[in-house]
Amino acid sequence: MRFGVVTFPGSCDDADARAACSLVGDAVALWHGDRDLQGVDAVVIPGGFSYGDHLRVGAIARFSPVMAEIETFAHRGGPVLGICNGFQVLCEAGLLPGALLPNTSLRFAMRQTVIEVQNTLSHWTRACAGGDLLSIPAKHTTGRYYASQPVLDVMEERGQVALRYVSDPIPNGSLAGIAGVSNEAGNVLGLMPHPEHAVDALTGSADGLRLFESVAHVLAAAA
Amino acid sequence: MSAQASAPWRALGLTNAEYELIVEKLEREPNRVELAMFSLMWSEHCSYKHSKALLRSLPTEGPRLVMGPGENAGAVDVGGGLACAFKVESHNHPSAVEPFQGAATGVGGILRDVFAVGARPIAILDSLRFGEPDSARTRYLLERAVAGIGHYGNSIGVATVGGEIYFEGPYEQNCLVNAMCLGLIETERLIRSAAAGVGNQLVLFGARTGRDGIGGASVLASAELGEADAAKRPTVQIGDPFEEKKLLEASLELLDEGLLVALQDLGAAGLTSSASEMASKGEVGIDIDVARVPLREAGMEPFEIMVSESQERMLCVVEPARVDEVLAVCAKWEVNGTVIGAVTDSRAMRILDGEDAVGELPVVALVDDCPLYELEPLAPTAPLYPAPPRTLEATGVADTLLGLLGSANLASRRWAFSQYDWLVGSRTVRRPEAADAAVLVLDPTPVEGPRPGIAVSIDGNGRRVACDPYRGTIEAVMECAANLACVGAEPLGLTNCLNFGNPEKPHIAWQLTRAVAGLADACRALDVPVVGGNVSLYNEGGEGPIYPTPVVGMVGGLPDARAAGRLGFAQDGDAVAVLAARSWAPALGGSELHKLRGEPLADALPAADLGELSALHAAVRRGVRSGALRSAHDVAEGGLATAVAEACLTAGRGAAVDLGPLEGVAGEGEPLLFGEGPGAFVVSGDPQRLRAFGDTVTVVGTVGGDRLELRTGGERVAVPVAELADVHARGLADLLH
Repeated sequence: MRFGVVTFPGSCDDADARAACSLVGDAVALWHGDRDLQGVDAVVIPGGFSYGDHLRVGAIARFSPVMAEIETFAHRGGPVLGICNGFQVLCEAGLLPGALLPNTSLRFAMRQTVIEVQNTLSHWTRACAGGDLLSIPAKHTTGRYYASQPVLDVMEERGQVALRYVSDPIPNGSLAGIAGVSNEAGNVLGLMPHPEHAVDALTGSADGLRLFESVAHVLAAAA
Repeated sequence: MSAQASAPWRALGLTNAEYELIVEKLEREPNRVELAMFSLMWSEHCSYKHSKALLRSLPTEGPRLVMGPGENAGAVDVGGGLACAFKVESHNHPSAVEPFQGAATGVGGILRDVFAVGARPIAILDSLRFGEPDSARTRYLLERAVAGIGHYGNSIGVATVGGEIYFEGPYEQNCLVNAMCLGLIETERLIRSAAAGVGNQLVLFGARTGRDGIGGASVLASAELGEADAAKRPTVQIGDPFEEKKLLEASLELLDEGLLVALQDLGAAGLTSSASEMASKGEVGIDIDVARVPLREAGMEPFEIMVSESQERMLCVVEPARVDEVLAVCAKWEVNGTVIGAVTDSRAMRILDGEDAVGELPVVALVDDCPLYELEPLAPTAPLYPAPPRTLEATGVADTLLGLLGSANLASRRWAFSQYDWLVGSRTVRRPEAADAAVLVLDPTPVEGPRPGIAVSIDGNGRRVACDPYRGTIEAVMECAANLACVGAEPLGLTNCLNFGNPEKPHIAWQLTRAVAGLADACRALDVPVVGGNVSLYNEGGEGPIYPTPVVGMVGGLPDARAAGRLGFAQDGDAVAVLAARSWAPALGGSELHKLRGEPLADALPAADLGELSALHAAVRRGVRSGALRSAHDVAEGGLATAVAEACLTAGRGAAVDLGPLEGVAGEGEPLLFGEGPGAFVVSGDPQRLRAFGDTVTVVGTVGGDRLELRTGGERVAVPVAELADVHARGLADLLH
């Protein structure tokens, strides 16, 4: 399978995300200014500081030409993963419910967090089992997940809360300990922790690979 | 006030004699543009006029050297056709005036130095010094400097993998912010900064030029700090990591495409320094038209454009036929790219403002003719520094140990590094506080078999250098090398930042002279070349000079990062041992414990046997690589007992340790427990395999349990590891709030 990883001006984790994807399939770079997804099977919107976080995190990237294509791709059921800044962009674009607010600590914070897989409805958690614990680092200034209570109730009911922090939580004040959420169809997932930095035990953990493997399983099963 | 004292060159930091020399070289009076350019190029910061002669004594050759001093960054061969480019630089005075932007632009500046040689930055380390933590100014400077470093490094996507923070009274007014950056590049692709090819075009790219940082190098960096420094805030530059990220990617793409003849970053003294250095190295001339420089605000004077230190700008030399391609890459990355001049055969810097010539200076006069000053060193006969305030009353072994672990200089730095991204790039094998040095794997792709890596550490203990500039500096180098040994790395190259007071004062000149002699001798003993560095002088506040602070950054190589050492005890049942040089003689003079007890500084440190230390480092390195040592930790600040406690609390494992076998050999009582001095390591491993270390090894205990039990001098103390860990973890945060 072929992954496409978006590069915006200010993306920092795009190279790491391409490297992680290439452990599972092929990986190509998607340029923010191109309305072209190069026929990829899945899209990753990586972490970083797209457009310098100017205006509001993710607010400018959401209007870039490549995002119009990604919205169409997602609405047709194409798998899309947003990591950290990518999660913020997906919320801004309305592809995921809720929003990400500044950490309650008001500081950038980095931790090796443990997150628990809440359900396997999402394409990106399909190869996991509910209750699996993943050791994945998180690092951000704006990672406090928020959605209004009625929205959150519906999300919980439909199984859209995909990942929760369980130990050594990052001090971001995220609602209900939410680390990642999916859309209703399960093809779009956003999370604050960085699975692309957790694909090699030598650098701390290989648990992040499970997300990339999940989407490969889903696509292989559909083929 | 005499007429000369109020002369324009005096306000720019030039002496009357220097001004007269300029007039002599030019055979006329310089105009305003020319005077501004001279004042910066002849400032201490750009000319090294008080340190150049001394620095020539440092060894700059080594088997793995690829690029030595003189370029934007030095580089060493790290194997596999790759070079590691690295350098450390100070941003002390800007940080003392405006800590957030000062520290942020310090990081930005050192990043540009590394990508100016074509290397992709992969790691940042910071060495910070502040006053005592009970001062409101210290807390403000620390909070904002750490925030500034994080803001820049995190946003540009380069991992901050290590560093150090120390608190000592003499840094109260004049804090130190030194930043080091490492980058990787295929060795054959390194690019130099010499301008070449008459008729080639000069392209300025990156941010627009504004009025920020005017006179930073001369007015701020090359004079002592004083009361009115708040007024110097406009001389501090403002950083924009987003702009620098685009600049970085554009620069590396330009080099990948082979479009550049030469590349240089704009740092201190802006366009003036960058262009004239490029012309000097290439033995050519350069014409610059300031009217073509993209500006942030209208109405800037030509001299302002030439000296502005606006951040995130680079200068390159391009063949005329490639200019369009260069500008297209700039446009792709949304950075300004503008042809602002050309290379000439005139050997002069010619400054034009459209049609009008506004300055013309011989390159040699500007770059090479600054007078060099002989230092007049004089050893002080009375202490230069007051005794530190007493802050620790504890006396028993357990309470003293806990007091040390929770003290400002020894407590966990987690508060700081949890504000940094230490993993971006996915190369970080040993993250902060997991080992004595940071370890990065060269290729992050997980593959079977050996994974070559590099290790890096940054060290410098100003208090010990204040006690004894020569031996204190040797200790800093040896400490750095010991840290590399603990992860199994062999030193390949060294960079340094010499932070000192006003060298025109004889005692400061003495500190500087003795420290450089120590640096040279230590580097020769280790056979490690100095690949580049930086000198920061005039670090004095109203209450006197800082501690003399040579900061040493060292890069080492590991054949296999999978075998990288750790500092924490790894396995219950392992033997705990001390590996020590015969010359190891821990003493309390100049130690952390003496500092906490308010003792005056020692007036000398014991001599070290450099050959023996170097051999000991090699033995530790071999033991870590072979797995004979499952943990290794250098005995440093706080002494042996502190090192054992750190090995416990890092791993969450206890140990039963009896120092009896060392008593009478390496000392006894408090000097043995808490004394300092180079030449010892706390290690653990299989008892059989430890025997191979022969005379140097003394087994002192066993790993296991949830307490640290320490027997010494007939006394036995036991402290739960959880208590050690708690005191260590909370220490810094408690002191700050």
